[in-house]
Amino acid sequence: MSAKSNRKNPIQILGIILFSAALITFTVALGMSGFKLDKEVLKAQVNNEYQYNFIEPYLDNLGSTEYPNSFKFMAAYAESLHSAQADILKDVETNLGLTTSDGEYWNTILKDDKIKSMKFAVAKASSIGPIREHRNTLAWLSFGLGILGAFLYILPKLRESSGIKNNHIYHSPLHSKGWLGITVGIYLVGFYVLLYFFPEHMVNWVLLVDPISTFLNGGAASQWFLYGFLYTICILVMGVRMIVKYRHNKYQIIRTGSVMFFQTSFAFLIPEIMALLNKPAVDLKNMWPLDYSFFFDYRLDKLTESGGLGLFLLFWGIALFTIGVPFITYFFGKRWYCSWVCGCGGLAETLGDPYRQLSDKRMKAWKIERWMIHSVLVFAVVMTIAVLYSYLPESGSLITKDRFIWTALALLIGATVWIFQQYKKKNGMPKTAFYVAAAVSVALFVIALLNGIVFSSSNVLYLDAYQLRSWYGFGIGAAFSGVVGVGFYPFMGNRVWCRFGCPLAAYLGLVQRFKSRFRITTNGGQCISCGNCSTYCEMGIDVRAYAQRGQDIVRSSCVGCGVCSAVCPRGVLRLENGPEVDERATEERAIHIDLEGVRLLD
Amino acid sequence: MHILIIGNGISGVTAARQIRKLSDHEITIISGEADHFFSRTALMYVFMGHMRFEDTKPYEDDFWAKNRINLVNNYVDEVIPGQKQVRFQDGTTLEYDKLILAVGSKSNKFGWPGQDLDGVHGLYHKQDLEAMERHSEGLKKAVIVGGGLIGIEMAEMFHSRHIPVTFLVREDSFWNMVLPPEESQMVTREILENGIDLRLSTELKEIWGERSGKVKMALASDGDKIECGFVGLTAGVSPNIDFLRFSDIDIDRGILVNQKLQTNQPDIYAIGDCAQLRSPQKDRRPIEAIWYTGRMMGETVAYNICGHEINYDPGIWFNSAKFFDIEYQVYGDVPAMLPENYNTLYWEHPGGKKSIRLNYHKEDGHILGFNLMGVRFRHEVCEKWLAEKTPIETVLQDLKLANFDPEFYRQYEDDVLALYNNMTGSTLHSRQKRKLASVLNFLGRA
Ligand SMILES: Cc1cc2nc3c(=O)[nH]c(=O)nc-3n(C[C@H](O)[C@H](O)[C@H](O)COP(=O)(O)OP(=O)(O)OC[C@H]3O[C@@H](n4cnc5c(N)ncnc54)[C@H](O)[C@@H]3O)c2cc1C
Ligand code: SF4
Ligand code: SF4
Repeated sequence: MSAKSNRKNPIQILGIILFSAALITFTVALGMSGFKLDKEVLKAQVNNEYQYNFIEPYLDNLGSTEYPNSFKFMAAYAESLHSAQADILKDVETNLGLTTSDGEYWNTILKDDKIKSMKFAVAKASSIGPIREHRNTLAWLSFGLGILGAFLYILPKLRESSGIKNNHIYHSPLHSKGWLGITVGIYLVGFYVLLYFFPEHMVNWVLLVDPISTFLNGGAASQWFLYGFLYTICILVMGVRMIVKYRHNKYQIIRTGSVMFFQTSFAFLIPEIMALLNKPAVDLKNMWPLDYSFFFDYRLDKLTESGGLGLFLLFWGIALFTIGVPFITYFFGKRWYCSWVCGCGGLAETLGDPYRQLSDKRMKAWKIERWMIHSVLVFAVVMTIAVLYSYLPESGSLITKDRFIWTALALLIGATVWIFQQYKKKNGMPKTAFYVAAAVSVALFVIALLNGIVFSSSNVLYLDAYQLRSWYGFGIGAAFSGVVGVGFYPFMGNRVWCRFGCPLAAYLGLVQRFKSRFRITTNGGQCISCGNCSTYCEMGIDVRAYAQRGQDIVRSSCVGCGVCSAVCPRGVLRLENGPEVDERATEERAIHIDLEGVRLLD
Repeated sequence: MHILIIGNGISGVTAARQIRKLSDHEITIISGEADHFFSRTALMYVFMGHMRFEDTKPYEDDFWAKNRINLVNNYVDEVIPGQKQVRFQDGTTLEYDKLILAVGSKSNKFGWPGQDLDGVHGLYHKQDLEAMERHSEGLKKAVIVGGGLIGIEMAEMFHSRHIPVTFLVREDSFWNMVLPPEESQMVTREILENGIDLRLSTELKEIWGERSGKVKMALASDGDKIECGFVGLTAGVSPNIDFLRFSDIDIDRGILVNQKLQTNQPDIYAIGDCAQLRSPQKDRRPIEAIWYTGRMMGETVAYNICGHEINYDPGIWFNSAKFFDIEYQVYGDVPAMLPENYNTLYWEHPGGKKSIRLNYHKEDGHILGFNLMGVRFRHEVCEKWLAEKTPIETVLQDLKLANFDPEFYRQYEDDVLALYNNMTGSTLHSRQKRKLASVLNFLGRA
């Protein structure tokens, strides 16, 4: 074994072997079936006699052939359905005599969206072969063996002395963008691409967790159930790893315990139980604007239809970001959410911990970060307002379109002015990203108002709310937070999403920066500029730049993970809540010179 | 005015940064070691794979141009005060109006036979790290000579590569010319627990090489011959001033400077590891080769050059280090041997990896120093207590103000207080919490 790696004992090696075997089994399971159309399920999915009559003639092949894999099967499926689609269209236009201006026309034709949305259920039902016969064995071999292997690898570390153990991180091909890191990154990206864009090709994985789903919520699993299940397992197993690694550090133990708890209960089990009880299945700790679809019509409808509980959930969801964020962040900083509660943060702090050193620390990265994250926040706010605007009634209700848009505008301008003032008080005239971001959002609103009031269109910004929200869902919700956010752990560190893309992080960050008692205190002149803190800051904050000048650290992006403080070999950093941050955060204080009249400029 | 600084370590770079803040003078920094300032203290982390070399650089590479600080990568061979010139290895010269010598240290070599063999190295410069890296490939055994801070770092470095280490230490307990006996014992235990072959009361006699010139064996004072492929010389450092021997600059062990950090030659200053104070403060050594004093000297010299005359004042002593997993901090006066008129209160955690020591005056009872192992204390709070000669009992009652461990850590101030009560029959009670608000209040900054 190379000298530039940590010694592994036989149990750990066994762990690696078992884990690899499990991963291979899991991966291979994806191809362990043939596909033969389950007509009943297709029929149920189509759920339209008229359309199905056109589809059926094309099903001869599909229904009798066993396709070797999901790609061939889905190609055949698409071909059949598109042929049927063309026939339907012809029938609608010639025989029924409908035109595009008839409402009936749109209800009768077979839309692309429908063909697409049926894919997953059809594929899942049509998967046949070993995967079904050996489902339980395969599930145990993938998940059970994987977890066992992981623990066999992790737990023997308890026998080493406790302390900071970062040896060989930069020698490891997994943790320093070597071949193994690249492989893992590609695997993760692949997983997310399937999950968000081609779930019909991962039905075999979903089949594996069907029994667990049935046990928990009485229903069969969707790809989202699989995702939630794997997500929770990752946080739990890698959470144990984090606790073992930092077992000398009580802050890390408690914090990691917290993310493990919130993921398992709030994000995973409680929604399943709510579903079992036929109640709206919500993650009570997820909040707008991270939960960007909170104000989408179907979710609002669902809540308002669910009686008292629904109203409570609606109120809760709004209170979280209107009252919870400002108050709790004022007292404890954004860490209360980002590194103690949040699911994305939870995964980053557990599964992502081995990659934290890969975040970019350069000033340039910070600049890009500020632009991106505040733009996403503006995008999320505008999108939500547009969606709500089109959802709300013109009149006849307490909250009408007009009242809403005026209130939103007033609040936004108020918040912007307040941020400006705070910024000016602390740093002089603002010149950074939110200057522009704020200006843009105000401009957008003026346009919106003109559009809404003068031209009385139901759209804000001339933009179709649905268009806007599907762009957001695709670009930010799926591509950014999932594919890049987790898939890029091995390339750009574990907080890519939290740092560059999360609108909630931007919002929490503004509060943390301008109105919070949280800061990282620097211990006098003890810093030796070694750089451990900056290297291990997952948010790419150059902690050392502050510490070596004796400055306290107040950065909107700091998620308060506490790792900079843990790895500092000289005991220089401490996360603290105290009186509001003062000049300790801006003065250069490593100086041991007290000259009357000499003030240090920075 | 052209200010030339030889040395891009912490002292030279601090001087340059402060001069830039205070003035518009032209600034040039020369170093033959590396293009850019890096943190010497982090070399071990590069070797152990915690960081890449570029992560040890405290400033981004474009910082220097942005701040109009010229960088020259070259070795100075000679300083010619009469012509206000320095001459480089390659014969070229550079003029200065003011010259700051910030040339640092080099590893001590005490004339051991074989000390220049291939595979015998100190750990100070970047090139030493590269040499260690080169020799580590397939290395079966390393011998480290000299039980100081750099020696134990080197031991940890080889240990991380699973290379067996024999550690020759002259003293009978690790670093006991600096650490009090209990702390020294604690570190000694930590070294042994990490599987290092620690040989106390043992010195290096000679080093033998192969015909090829490569090191082969180290002979210890106990007569043991230790076969090895690397010998680390870490028996202290001394000012790196050989190239100044024939200039007219006054030199003793280091470059002699006055309170303004001026040498005997006009417009030449010396700072950092290489400077030797002609009249150091009471209780301080003339050469203090540590990071913090280098930084303070850099600041002081900047003020002096920019027209704010000021004496060098290192303030109250502080330092810190890490011995494998045990962090160490010291504030004030904690000598290895307890002087007659000192009292000491020493508390040690049953686990044997944490301790808190408070030294105080025997007669008037004021606090004299803090020594912490595995516990973090607040610099500013300790400094204030020390500067104000606070009575030990006040310190003990307020001791929680000093705690700087991360949140949720178990605190031990009550145990320390209980120990004191036990020893003296007092009945003191803790009257502060470790709240930041209380701390800032105490520091007069609320
Ligand atoms: C491994 C290690 C760990 C340490 N850990 C700690 C610690 O934890 N805490 C602490 O307080 N201190 C520590 N120290 C000591 C601390 O690093 C030094 O005190 C400090 O770096 C000295 O800074 P300096 O600016 O005086 O000199 P240096 O950092 O030595 O800089 C001098 C520079 O000048 C260059 N130079 C010298 N002569 C010439 C010439 N003729 N021409 C051109 N260039 C020249 C040198 O190559 C060097 O780059 C440690 C030292 C080492 C080696
Ligand atoms: S600054 Fe420290 S606490 Fe904040 S995110 Fe970075 S490592 Fe975590
Ligand atoms: S704060 Fe600590 S970890 Fe960061 S550079 Fe300073 S000494 Fe190193």
